[in-house]
Amino acid sequence: MALQDYIRSRFFPHIWCVGCGHGTALNALLRAVETLGLDPSDIVMVSGIGCSSRMPGYVDFHTLHTLHGRALAFATGTKMSKPELTVLVPMGDGDALAIGGNHFIHACRRNIDITAIVLNNRIYGMTGGQFSPLSGPGVVATTAPYSTYDPAFDVMRLAVGAGASFAARGSTYHVVELQQLLVKAISHKGFSVIEVLSPCPTHFGRRNQQGDSVEMLEWLKANTAKLGSKAAEENPELITRGIFVEDERPEYCEQYERILEQAREG
Amino acid sequence: MERCRLVFCGSGGQGIVTAAIILAEAAAIHDGLEAVQSQSYGAAARGGVTRSDIIISDSEINFPKVVQPNILVCLTQESFTQFYSILRPGGLMLLDSDLVEPGMRVEARQYKLPMQRTVQQEIGTNVVLNLCMLGALLCLRPVVTKESVLEVVKKRFSERFLQMNEKALELGWSLAQESAPSSGDQRGSAPRPTH
Amino acid sequence: MTNKTNNKIAFVQGNEVCAEAALYAGAGFYAGYPITPSSEIMEHMARRMPAMGRRFLQMEDEIASLAAIIGASLTGHKVMTATSGPGFSLMQETLGFAIMAEIPCVIVNVQRGGPSTGLPTQAAQGDVYQARWGTHGDHAVIALTASNNQDLFEMTVEAFNMAETYRTPVIVLIDEVIGHLREKLQMPDPDELEVVKRLRTAVPHGVDYHPYLPREDGRLPMSDFGDKHRYNVTGLYHNMWGFPTTDPGVIDGLIHHLIDKIENNLHQITRYKEYYLSDADCVLISYGCSARSALHIVKNRRQRGMKLGLLELQTLWPFPAGLVREKCSGAQHIVVVEMNMGQVVHEVKRAVDHPERVYLANRVDGEFITPTNIKNVLRVIMGRGV
Repeated sequence: MALQDYIRSRFFPHIWCVGCGHGTALNALLRAVETLGLDPSDIVMVSGIGCSSRMPGYVDFHTLHTLHGRALAFATGTKMSKPELTVLVPMGDGDALAIGGNHFIHACRRNIDITAIVLNNRIYGMTGGQFSPLSGPGVVATTAPYSTYDPAFDVMRLAVGAGASFAARGSTYHVVELQQLLVKAISHKGFSVIEVLSPCPTHFGRRNQQGDSVEMLEWLKANTAKLGSKAAEENPELITRGIFVEDERPEYCEQYERILEQAREG
Repeated sequence: MERCRLVFCGSGGQGIVTAAIILAEAAAIHDGLEAVQSQSYGAAARGGVTRSDIIISDSEINFPKVVQPNILVCLTQESFTQFYSILRPGGLMLLDSDLVEPGMRVEARQYKLPMQRTVQQEIGTNVVLNLCMLGALLCLRPVVTKESVLEVVKKRFSERFLQMNEKALELGWSLAQESAPSSGDQRGSAPRPTH
Repeated sequence: MTNKTNNKIAFVQGNEVCAEAALYAGAGFYAGYPITPSSEIMEHMARRMPAMGRRFLQMEDEIASLAAIIGASLTGHKVMTATSGPGFSLMQETLGFAIMAEIPCVIVNVQRGGPSTGLPTQAAQGDVYQARWGTHGDHAVIALTASNNQDLFEMTVEAFNMAETYRTPVIVLIDEVIGHLREKLQMPDPDELEVVKRLRTAVPHGVDYHPYLPREDGRLPMSDFGDKHRYNVTGLYHNMWGFPTTDPGVIDGLIHHLIDKIENNLHQITRYKEYYLSDADCVLISYGCSARSALHIVKNRRQRGMKLGLLELQTLWPFPAGLVREKCSGAQHIVVVEMNMGQVVHEVKRAVDHPERVYLANRVDGEFITPTNIKNVLRVIMGRGV
């Protein structure tokens, strides 16, 4: 299939701002799906509420746009009821880790075969620039005019600690690498979390003197490094990219099949 | 038959509710009667006061709770204190003689039987106290047949526990047969205050 | 005493009846979170569903439970969850989603005393208005109830049937008394009760399927996630493809459709029972557990020649106002019996010709309302002779 066949062009233009990283992330995601040769009728994309959660509308999969924070709970029902489906869940940082934090850790714990894509722009974009649990201290936001003092979650450590069997971080500057990470995340059998650093020039960049989208991409280039690289070792301040965990562990739906067998045998 | 209203009370873990279900199920399924069973309990799974209501009748039962029972069974002091007063005057009261000391006059035919002590001695466990109580009750007042209760017991318990439950039922029956109301009342005679 | 054993008669608790009826209706997926006094429904499903090859899931909370069954309904399963007051409160936003996205699902609320944690092990009927208006925004909703095991079985099957027919969540609003009361259930034969199958689209693959374009009869045939029709589902106002819109014409059409599909079928959705109404000059109106006490007093006073009757509502929402008006037309006194501070009584007052003749007999202390409680109210209304 050609890449544009995965798109519902009928519903374009999309709502994202000029310079938003989410379009780039979607591009990488669709290329990953294409690489894997998946049939769009076998894919369900489930999302919550926020800028990134509008993604399902634009892709020609089975798509379910739900409630703020609840995407993984809906997705868990979809996957458990029809395990042969590939389930992709794009989420914003607030969506996934503030209001949806409980569903996030429990999805990790179950190790259900769903791919959670956390599009991290460190801000609530759709509601107009409030800080999120991934903003971190020292950020100016509409609800932190004097700057934030809230510590941030480390998504990778949280996911791994909660039991995700695959966790990786990429950025929308490193597009080819992101596409490769997404291929691995989707093919992984178990719960995979992929954090995508995605700039929000409108609400984050503007208030925090990070410049326009090009400057924000350059910031990603300058402030991240590959996991295990020399640069990362020399400068622990750099945000690391790459695969943090890739474990083989019992997958939830497969475990349920065993229960079904056990119950059938009585 | 006349409508029979029973209240079993005791503490969580004594099998009060199980005994109530067995009795009501025996009536409903095996004796062709109408029966309802309900329970009320607090937050504690063990301890605390547990109460179960049973109504057995040959006609439809709408209001399912028991306000004034004909039969009251108390297996702890606390539950006795809480519920002794609801018994219909002249009703039947069955108590465990080691677990409850009434210490007051109750207008009832009162039976105090050493049920817990007996099952502990004869079977080596008090988990079957509830079946012993049922056996005693059925002997004193055959609201359902013993055979029907045994049918339910057979269905309910696995092979491993069946025998001890059946034995407990028989022990209770025998205890009641040998007993007389603690006040000296004869079974079937006019009720009068005890103690 | 006869000593006959009938294998089809079970001596079971209301909660088990509800679960068994859901299985009878074809529930293929259950997700839930334990809460007193509804947990036995979930425990029964946990035991029975795997043995039947069906799917059961314990979620992290009630929000996730309702979300999960919606996700499963979209893949083609009949679905259910069960809860009680605090859990039902948590479900309200997701309930609204199911209404908006028109997802068939059944939610059982075994009511307990509220507000807040309230009385976990004791009965109340305080969630009647919550079932109607708990989620935000204008909407219509179906809520059914029952007062005994046999009716509860039928109403639970009906709940699934209505959920499929109208593509909407249906609430089964029972209470602690009914949920925990054990009595007989005559298990219906497999084909004895009507079971409505999911209506799936006949639109062939490759032809544009409009998931949100109602047929002339108002029904919306579905397509399962995983089949060839791929479409969008959202809680936003949406067009016939399920894509978000702010077009005023589309919005107006959708809100009217959501309400009309239920309100216009009121006569098909209404279930009730009546006792001694033909010559009753005092009509009791009740539902759920309270109806048992009401029926007790009605039968008891009929023996003394009092013209007392009972209208037992099994459909609470949409409220059968026309039925109530008709059945109360000859009544001098109308007494609503319910275990709350007055909920259905307000609907009855709005429905009848003489609202000044409507009284409330209630009990709100956690104890089950007794026939004596009702009798005392009748005495005040009708004089000492009751």
